[in-house]
Amino acid sequence: MRYLPKSPADRDAMLKAIGLRSVDELFAPIPAEYRLNRDLKVPRQMAESEIVDYFRQRSRENGEGYTSFLGAGAYAHYRPVIIDSLISRGEFLTAYTPYQAEISQGTLQSIFEFQTMICELTGMEVANASMYDGSTAAAEAVMMAVRLTGRRSVIVARSLHPEYREVLATYATHQGMPLSIAGFANDGRLNVGELEKSITPETACVLIQSPNFFGTIEDVAAIAEIAHKNGALLVVSIAEAVSLGIVEPPRQADIIAMEAQSFGVPLGFGGPYCGVIASRDKFVRQMPGRLVGQTVDKQGRRGFVLTLATREQHIRREKATSNICTNQALVALMVNIFMNVYGKVGLKELAKQNLAKTAYAAGQFAKHGKILFSNAPRFNEFVVQTEEDPQAINGRLLKRQIVGGLPLKKFYPELGNAALWCCTELTTRSAIDAAVAGVAKSEAPAPSTKEEAEEVAR
Amino acid sequence: MKPTGPKATLHVNQNEGLIFEKSSAGKAAWKLPPLDVPEVDAAKLLGASERKDLGNMPEVSEIEIIRHFTRLSTWNYAIDLGMYPLGSCTMKYNPRVNEAVARVEGLANGHPYQPEKISQGALQILKTLSECLIDITGMDAITLQPAAGAHGEMTGLLMVRAYHHAQGRPRKKILIPDSAHGTNPATAAMVDYAVENLKSDSRGMVDIAALEAQMNEDVAALMLTNPNTLGVFEQQIHKIADILHAKGGLLYMDGANMNALVGKVRPGDFGVDVMHLNLHKTFSTPHGGGGPGSGPVAIKKKLEPFLPTPVLVTRADGSLGFEYNRPQSVGRVRAFYGNFGMFVRALAYIQANGPDGLRQTTEDAVLNANYIRKGLEGTYDLPYTTPTMHEVVFSDKLQAKKGVRTMDIAKRLIDYGFHPYTTAFPLIVPGALMIEPTESESKEEMDLFIDAMKAIAEEVNEDPQIALNAPHSTRVSRLDETAAARKPVLRWKPPA
Repeated sequence: MRYLPKSPADRDAMLKAIGLRSVDELFAPIPAEYRLNRDLKVPRQMAESEIVDYFRQRSRENGEGYTSFLGAGAYAHYRPVIIDSLISRGEFLTAYTPYQAEISQGTLQSIFEFQTMICELTGMEVANASMYDGSTAAAEAVMMAVRLTGRRSVIVARSLHPEYREVLATYATHQGMPLSIAGFANDGRLNVGELEKSITPETACVLIQSPNFFGTIEDVAAIAEIAHKNGALLVVSIAEAVSLGIVEPPRQADIIAMEAQSFGVPLGFGGPYCGVIASRDKFVRQMPGRLVGQTVDKQGRRGFVLTLATREQHIRREKATSNICTNQALVALMVNIFMNVYGKVGLKELAKQNLAKTAYAAGQFAKHGKILFSNAPRFNEFVVQTEEDPQAINGRLLKRQIVGGLPLKKFYPELGNAALWCCTELTTRSAIDAAVAGVAKSEAPAPSTKEEAEEVAR
Repeated sequence: MKPTGPKATLHVNQNEGLIFEKSSAGKAAWKLPPLDVPEVDAAKLLGASERKDLGNMPEVSEIEIIRHFTRLSTWNYAIDLGMYPLGSCTMKYNPRVNEAVARVEGLANGHPYQPEKISQGALQILKTLSECLIDITGMDAITLQPAAGAHGEMTGLLMVRAYHHAQGRPRKKILIPDSAHGTNPATAAMVDYAVENLKSDSRGMVDIAALEAQMNEDVAALMLTNPNTLGVFEQQIHKIADILHAKGGLLYMDGANMNALVGKVRPGDFGVDVMHLNLHKTFSTPHGGGGPGSGPVAIKKKLEPFLPTPVLVTRADGSLGFEYNRPQSVGRVRAFYGNFGMFVRALAYIQANGPDGLRQTTEDAVLNANYIRKGLEGTYDLPYTTPTMHEVVFSDKLQAKKGVRTMDIAKRLIDYGFHPYTTAFPLIVPGALMIEPTESESKEEMDLFIDAMKAIAEEVNEDPQIALNAPHSTRVSRLDETAAARKPVLRWKPPA
């Protein structure tokens, strides 16, 4: 086996040194009746060339070459080449969690820089080293708010990513955290009146997303005021990190739970991504996850260490702030490199291109459908309501190798024939025009059948 | 002081400040294509929501970024440089073909919401990997959704909870041996179970009498790591399972140490009801400085109704898809379908090995741990003489007489060119040295390691200060962790 660095003679010499005759003796502690006396049912040993062929074939069956207008928590942005050059260095790729600081300064310093940049972008004072993803970060941020306030109930915006809401519901079930939902108003933003009515002295926090699931930017200041007036915290989820280049960050929030996938992380069919939690200095001891801090060595030289570990499971066990151990370090490094490439000016210009493409697309789509929530500011997503079922529209588009917007009926039946469309800097004008042409019923070659629509729906 | 022993030598190492210290206005590493749609006025579109300033975000050129991270990288130890014997962490070789196939276009750029019709490639990977892992573990079904081992533990215990609830007998507590990883009790607390400690016997295994005494109808499950953190296989595993099952409890296995079992014995065959795997340990996906991981949870049939949504299914026409309508499901534990990129890598690893390679891998991992045990027995105290599987735990009892503790020995090992073993864990061994070589080490590398450990033991006898002040050859010496925690500096700030 090509990954194993031993010859049969090496194995014999080692067995002899141990005082054993055969390798079977090493497995003697396992009761005989449980030992597996057959080959595992896994593929036979394959050559590297065969493995590459296998995955290339799977890739061809996986939407290779399609133009996509999907966003909804996973965004297609350009990934600068140097990200993969740098994260492929074995010293980053094949290192463990940096517990041994003297031989992990590379990882530690890069995390310290990551924490700093997340603070700069979000307007928060402290950020952790990463969480699994945006959905679990939001759930952990809510649990943090519950610990900080000593209150238990939580108000969640209906305009929060529906799958984030599902994850929170799973986490909350056995934490004794009652969840209530606050709906959205005609402009797609949180219904502030509804929030004011539902908030109580038991409310630990209000959880919103901005830009929200519809791409609409929330009035964070107004929501924060209501939360704070009632002694509750405001937790803001950010799923589209590129928005931070041109959209004012939710500075009034107490905790920000972010998904940083947009910053140089491949779509990868949903993961691995990079969650982050950022907050205020005064809340740091209730934060989950790893934190890197600056310190000095015996000679007074600057160095970095994992710190405030008394929050964590390996020290506090059942009293820890979270059970999280392994996080998303290498993905956080991709995010870090991306932030360096674009930096202070580039992130703004990048975000502006997203804004321009989306404004153009929304203008074009408005000719053939209704753009919902157009009376509130948006970033790079918008909801198009059509007479025709979006599944049927998407069926037509798919034949032209275009993946249309995400049909919303499953998540928001009240919106009828609506779909969530996304444009980024990678979306070309010609792709937008082609998609708009596909949406226009008059230009459809033939009305698609019901079966066809159902097939596409899956 | 120079590095020591035949493995390590001096090497010029570049200094590098923080990236913010290199930043200056007007430098850039980006270039956008010309806009093919009309320009927009952000102020007009966004109004009060427009952001004007990005604070202290850096402005640097591409070569500076390349040098910055390349210099930083050289300050790290890595598997690619040598043996990384962290116990229970399974730091094995990370094959490069895994990285190549994870970056194939249709897999790297696949959107999680693209129609199933054009996602059959990704779904086929999920299915094939699931089938492999089900056979490897001897279980009946699996979810790949959890993002890491601890996340898998949570998912598993949620299913345990849902199972007991469905039986109409919700239970209150989880038994956890005193040798367990910290994530086990932390996870139990997250799903609102009380934690009850279970002590180990003199051989380092579950104390059967204690288990019998503590087991009752309030116990939902026992969370057992097998082999346990001493590297010891629970020889009475069938009895343990019987005791739990007799009172309606479930056996949860923490699969952190699955590298000792693959192809040789299957947890499903010895009574395990639910277990998680760590693809970043047993199945070679890279640790990346602390993640991403992946923590699939494999289960027996009786737990299947409770799997997180969505569940992968084969439709009537033979195509693959996700089923969302699962009324008894514990719900979703993560957005989308899990760390898909890790599934690609794990499957590539299984394909590269095949059944024969996986078996040989396990045999080599156990052989290596026993070779190290033999080599260091006598030099270091071996608190439990029970047979060793994939890792061996010594203690610093002999060296502590000279005032040298496990952490000091670990730091001195750095000067010999090795990453330290796991220190001070498991908690049942005071001053533990927990060593897991994995199958990836050659006889030569292990001989160097054994020699280094012996040389350190000799140094401790002659001059304890050498170990107490180690490491001597790194770019920074021991860092002041107390100061870091007392006055936390968790981000850079511009000089006032």
